[in-house]
Amino acid sequence: MAEIIQEEKAGGKRKAKKHVPHIDMTPMVDLMCLLITFFMLTSALTKAKVMEITLPEQIKDPNIVPPKIPTSRTVNILLGPDNKIYWYPGRVNPEEYNNLPPLFETDFSANGIRPLLLDRNKTLAKKIEDFRNQVLTGKIKIPQDSVAKAISKLKSDDDTGPIILIKAYKKATYGNFVDILDEMNICGVARYNFVDIAFYENTMVERAAGITPTSTATPVKK
Amino acid sequence: MPKIKLPTKSPHIDMTPMVDLFSVVLTFLMLTTTMTQPEPAPVDTPHSISEKLTPDNNTLTLLLSKDNKVFLNFDNGPDTLLKFRPKILIEMGKRYNIEFTDAELRAFQKYPSSIGLPINKMKDFLDTKDNKLRLAMETGIPIDSTDNQLADWIFSTRTVNPAVQACIKGDAKTGFEVVKRVLDIMAEKNVFKFDLITTLEAVKTNLTETKK
Repeated sequence: MAEIIQEEKAGGKRKAKKHVPHIDMTPMVDLMCLLITFFMLTSALTKAKVMEITLPEQIKDPNIVPPKIPTSRTVNILLGPDNKIYWYPGRVNPEEYNNLPPLFETDFSANGIRPLLLDRNKTLAKKIEDFRNQVLTGKIKIPQDSVAKAISKLKSDDDTGPIILIKAYKKATYGNFVDILDEMNICGVARYNFVDIAFYENTMVERAAGITPTSTATPVKK
Repeated sequence: MPKIKLPTKSPHIDMTPMVDLFSVVLTFLMLTTTMTQPEPAPVDTPHSISEKLTPDNNTLTLLLSKDNKVFLNFDNGPDTLLKFRPKILIEMGKRYNIEFTDAELRAFQKYPSSIGLPINKMKDFLDTKDNKLRLAMETGIPIDSTDNQLADWIFSTRTVNPAVQACIKGDAKTGFEVVKRVLDIMAEKNVFKFDLITTLEAVKTNLTETKK
């Protein structure tokens, strides 16, 4: 590679010694090592992933009536303090504020909320899993990028799965919020949304978790 | 018996192939690298199974730190000639009657990380060169209803770049009250679609097992 052939001096009788100069590359290698290490440490090879979420639009027009939700399919999930989940099915009638339904307590582990969701979402989860398997085994030939579209089609056609209302108590964390949305994706729940927690649900969580209600929440008695 | 004298010459290792290889690796790393931006607050994002990649440009990233501060970052768009960042700052300056100099706008354009400070301190922030002083100034963007600067930031950003996509990068331990407040502010400004930045985590659901 790096061979420099010395020219013979014109007219010189002495033949110049042919010799290949050795360039010491050690410092260069040292430097390159350093640079490589630097780039490897600073570069973010794995790009962060994102999870999409669309929140319900606030209805400003009073003429628009919000859609009726069948009570039998509704599951309310309340994100409580200390990474706990409380849930109850159906909904609370305005007359029953004094007689609130009991809350079920569970957590974010694989044996916590997931079996419940999968059980309620049996038909759709089965459909999605079958579809995925058929794609994997090659029974359905479909381009990779339209798989997600096909699955969302399956989800929007579904009318048996649960309608999940996610509500967060103020002591919940952002991690809980992402975890529960993630759980919805894992279980293939088609219909879920994030809504504001109602005041009676606040009381329910506080009762279940054994928190004394905060002064702002209780009405002042004279 | 006379000793055999071994020549005390150090062996020459030919490093040329090694250098070749290193050059290739170095070039590769230099070309593919995207520098990890230092964030003003360390954030440990929650895990999810989502595999969608973060968008490269047209982003408005909200950083929610563990101590419930809100930081904001936006990019310059697909083309740096568009200069979204200085335009956003000018727009913000108009709302609060602050005139920013060219040098300050340039400093803002080049600032690599998220910002989180009240707008009235922005001038001082951009004029200082000391990173420690800058870090001390970052107390989070005010989100109270009396001094809702975050809403103005979002509005300015969307005026300058309507294609912007809101991303939320929160620490798993961030309290929900702040998150709720931020989501409410976004909803007020008609932003309903969010990308939540998460770390990938593999989860396997066993449908047949859970059925039993």
